[in-house]
Amino acid sequence: MPNDGSLPTASPPAAPELSATGIVKRYGALLANDHIDLSVARGEIHAVMGENGAGKSTLMSILYGLQQPDEGRVLLRGEEVHFRSALDAIGKGMGMVHQAFKLFHSLSVWENIVYGAEPRRGVFIDRAAARRAVADLAARHRLAVDPDAIVSKLSVGVRQRVEILKALYRDARILILDEPTAVLTPQERDSLFAVMRHLAAEGRTILFVTHKLHEVMAITDRVTVLRDGRVVERMTTAETNPREIVRAMTGRSVSLTVEKGLSHPGATLLEAIDLTIAAPGGKPLVDKIALKVRGGEIVGLAGVAGNGQSELVEALVGLRRLDGGKVLVGGIDVTDSDVAARRAAGIAYIPEDRASVGSALAASAADNLAMGFHRTPPLARGGLIDAAAVARRARALIAKFGVKIASESAPVGSLSGGNLQKVVVARELSHAAPALIAEQPTRGVDVGAIEFIHGQLVAERAAGRAVLLVSSELSEILALSDRILVMYEGRVLADVPQDKANEETLGLLMAGRAPEAA
Amino acid sequence: MSGLITPFLMQSAVQAITPILLASLAGVLCGRVGVFNMALEGQMLIGAFAGVVGSYVTHSAAGGVAAAMLAAVVFSLILAYGATIFRGDSVVICIGMNLLASGLTAYLLRVMFGVSGTFSDPAIVSLAKIRITAIQDIPIVGWGFARQTPLTWAAWALVAIVSVVLFKTPLGLRLRGVGEQPDAAETLGIDVRAYRVVTVLVAGALAGLAGAQLSLGAVSVFAEDMTAGRGWIAVVAVMLGRRNPLYAAAACVLFGFADAFSVKLQSQGLPNQLTDISPYVVTLAALVLSHRRRTRALVSPEVAAATPGGMAEPQADAR
Repeated sequence: MPNDGSLPTASPPAAPELSATGIVKRYGALLANDHIDLSVARGEIHAVMGENGAGKSTLMSILYGLQQPDEGRVLLRGEEVHFRSALDAIGKGMGMVHQAFKLFHSLSVWENIVYGAEPRRGVFIDRAAARRAVADLAARHRLAVDPDAIVSKLSVGVRQRVEILKALYRDARILILDEPTAVLTPQERDSLFAVMRHLAAEGRTILFVTHKLHEVMAITDRVTVLRDGRVVERMTTAETNPREIVRAMTGRSVSLTVEKGLSHPGATLLEAIDLTIAAPGGKPLVDKIALKVRGGEIVGLAGVAGNGQSELVEALVGLRRLDGGKVLVGGIDVTDSDVAARRAAGIAYIPEDRASVGSALAASAADNLAMGFHRTPPLARGGLIDAAAVARRARALIAKFGVKIASESAPVGSLSGGNLQKVVVARELSHAAPALIAEQPTRGVDVGAIEFIHGQLVAERAAGRAVLLVSSELSEILALSDRILVMYEGRVLADVPQDKANEETLGLLMAGRAPEAA
Repeated sequence: MSGLITPFLMQSAVQAITPILLASLAGVLCGRVGVFNMALEGQMLIGAFAGVVGSYVTHSAAGGVAAAMLAAVVFSLILAYGATIFRGDSVVICIGMNLLASGLTAYLLRVMFGVSGTFSDPAIVSLAKIRITAIQDIPIVGWGFARQTPLTWAAWALVAIVSVVLFKTPLGLRLRGVGEQPDAAETLGIDVRAYRVVTVLVAGALAGLAGAQLSLGAVSVFAEDMTAGRGWIAVVAVMLGRRNPLYAAAACVLFGFADAFSVKLQSQGLPNQLTDISPYVVTLAALVLSHRRRTRALVSPEVAAATPGGMAEPQADAR
């Protein structure tokens, strides 16, 4: 059912395209949505903002039919709807692009798009018609994509286009985009924004769920801010500013910029020499990377995910064997040392994946905070762990880092992303190692926790430690780093001092364009 | 070589391929919807037993085949519901089913017919062979297919049918999607559990056919554990064939020939304990070789990570 592009013209003054009134959703004792009202006009790009746990995801799930509200009504173009499944919602013109894409990797683009609504010829799929429909749709919405390409071979940005085309193929008139820019380069983001504007101009309505303030300012018409399951503010984008939005989101005023003094780099504390990681039968994942981080500086490692950053970090901390090169910590060669020996030599590590690498979810906060320190006094005595000392240490760290948790014996699996990340950060910083490797330290955590973690990284720098910050978030790299390395296809393309770096140049480098001689 | 491949060898190879082929098609279908079916051995055994019972009771081979399919489908309900509605681990369920099938058929043999070990009776009608004199002198293929049961023909027709359904129809596209990324299918309005339940039951019917071929094809007898590992060989064929019916059929051909050759070698004077292992040796060798080839052709770590378990085969789905 590919649409023919002509949407019915609105009869002014029409009812809002989408309106939700008094939406309530409870999970046990938790009130996830507390009488939420949301109204969105046709052709509008509407931001839904809020910290983690504010109720955005629940609300979107309700609007897309994945969850049913306990109370409240949803109206589409003035008509009440009751979605019992996503299929109901799709049938009424809702479309959603999930943060984690829902694509079939081994299938082609056109198969992904027509899946579940295939054009038929007899009992067979009408392959020609399907490919044509996809190509037409892609051309009309300027979403360049090859219908026959296999999804697993596509970049993240193109995969997102496939997701959008999936919704448009089903003639979605209201499109929910859940954190769509989290995985994009700045250039990919700009082209997404162009598509969003085009869709809105066509009369489609976009609900844009995001954490990122500058994107809200750049693209949206209006903003609805949620906090603790309630709508705390409705704003017109043109009449507000980032500071106001943050205050609405957090209920307090949060510093959006990172204050850090001049850097006073000292001796090199973390070094990689010609570090190489081979890929079976392909280009090396990491190709002879040389890297130095000195005490008292933060070096940012930027790049689109999947360009060798994770492998490089794993090799530095000892989780992956090198195929060539050396790793030095404080001038000592640790290339042949295991993780424990490297930690002892002076590496602390905040891993990208806090849930499966950074912590043991079923274990208590006390145990998680003790890990890595459990072999030596004061936590271990005569080969046995001193439970009282572990608990004492945990209470002190929980207080110092402001982790919101019922008690130190509660399992960390119950914590929100931001709080879990605080546990990991607390443990790694309590190591007081000369070199700190922080990998995506603020991914998926809310504004308040970001402010806190950034502050901690800056404090490490001030204490004369070497910090390697790996992040796909350019604004974070730009705010914190003294120098910025850009990785592309396993190599460092450029080493840019902070004052010479901006989003545009870094974005081009991240896309693999070598710096032009200017 | 000409002395090695004889009409008799071809006929016994094609006969040996049939049950494995039917079972591996069942495995392919289950694998495509994301249910790892290791219970083929047990499903076949139930089919073989019910086939003999059906034939004995109805005095007709068709009755036996119908009973085999029905019994295997009912038996497959355990996997169909266990692995979906009850969210059980399919490996554990399948191990249980295989043990249950072995014990249950031995028990029923004693209770129903008062015998243990094997059951044969003149009342059991075996499957008639289709004789095609026109092709019996065509070397290799003609030799192989000139005197086979309808189930052999059905098995090869099903290879084509399953291929077309999987790769040319909306149903096939949905099945492939359900196995690869169930939550993506769900968001597009596909009832993943229903697709899985029905597919596992259809696969059960195919495994039942495989069992009927075993007990009513060349013989008309049921023996305890008469599947003798053929279900497991079918599981391997599914993995070697990367859940593609054509590739799985090719693997079955390989195993069928190994089986036929083992009989041949026996007649050359080699001890049968030694020749009996040849299909399994070939299976192991094929597994090791294909694994080596595949790890070398590994595409990207991301794709590998997206496909847990040995069953999943992300990229190379030929169509």
